[in-house]
Amino acid sequence: MTQFVAAVSSLGAFALVAGIILAIAQKAFRVEGDPMVEKIDALLPQTQCGQCGYPGCKPYAEAVASGEADVNHCVPGGERTMLQIADLMGVEPKSLEEEAAAPMLAFIREDECIGCTLCIKACPVDAIVGAPKQYHTVIADHCTGCTLCVEPCPVDCIDMLLKPELIEHWAWPLPDTTRARLGQERRSQHAGAA
Amino acid sequence: MTEFALILVSAVLVNNYVLTKFLGICPFLGVSGKLETAIGMSFAVMFVMTLASTASWLVQTYILVPLDLLYLQTIFFILIIASLVQFIEMMIHKTSPVLYQALGIFLPLITTNCAVLGVALLNVQQEQGFISSVLYGFGAALGFALVLVLFSGLRERIDYAPVPAVFKGSPVALITAGMMSLAFMGFSGLVKL
Repeated sequence: MTQFVAAVSSLGAFALVAGIILAIAQKAFRVEGDPMVEKIDALLPQTQCGQCGYPGCKPYAEAVASGEADVNHCVPGGERTMLQIADLMGVEPKSLEEEAAAPMLAFIREDECIGCTLCIKACPVDAIVGAPKQYHTVIADHCTGCTLCVEPCPVDCIDMLLKPELIEHWAWPLPDTTRARLGQERRSQHAGAA
Repeated sequence: MTEFALILVSAVLVNNYVLTKFLGICPFLGVSGKLETAIGMSFAVMFVMTLASTASWLVQTYILVPLDLLYLQTIFFILIIASLVQFIEMMIHKTSPVLYQALGIFLPLITTNCAVLGVALLNVQQEQGFISSVLYGFGAALGFALVLVLFSGLRERIDYAPVPAVFKGSPVALITAGMMSLAFMGFSGLVKL
């Protein structure tokens, strides 16, 4: 009988102590929100352009973290962001969607621009320069092709054009060695991400 | 001092839990795909194994032996291990969510890692002093970490090797594990405890 009591009480007491320690630990290590969302959000370009189909970068990060959305919907982020998110999530990288294969660029027909500054306010990456009553123009290197400036323009003078290859990213064709090919790959990746 | 060094060498190399005693094969094959994950898993297992062998020695000496309850050994040890794993799971979730995501199901599965229970049980069977058994637990965990990291490094490289199609993936991993085990057999007889 004493044996039985000793067995039950010692095991019970031990389990109780372990339970109390775990309860305290649970309080101490409580996780606020999903830290994965924060990490993904930090990788996104924060243009809030909505091209991924979600109303901003944070909602897209939440969708990716919960596995609801794929990693390849961020158009401004390009391939580099997609690879980083895929690496973070531990999933296979996917090729970007069609739009990203042909990067777009906003172009303001300056003759028609009335200098209303509405597109400047709409641009999430500050890629449009200009002052009131002066015509505006797009900094091609900064434009992500998000189309957010097209809608507010009262005179419809903004076109979306295919992004030309920028002169800054052009290089002489290199001799066909392994080292040269690697360099070429790296450059083309940078050009895609810019 | 020599004795402690011998215990460590014995636990890490000669009586390696994975490659010589064949305990803890599940995480050995499951989390060895990527080096980073393997290192994270190694630290988690090191933490759990060292603390589990410490706690099990204390429980054995101060609860089970005085009360003559040796038949409750397994259930007590499982309780210790399960609580420790819960604890470390919460800790990793808080401190490194990326690692938490990468380890996935293998983190709570440390509970059922037979190497952890094996270390705790074999440890108290050897009836050593407190410091020796803590060191033995730590050594065993170090051995587990060593082979897990080595194996994941090998597997990362094998991914790029021209392996015949039928051997791709698990088969070549198992063959590699077997070869590593053969290599570790070479350590037997290095230390006699």
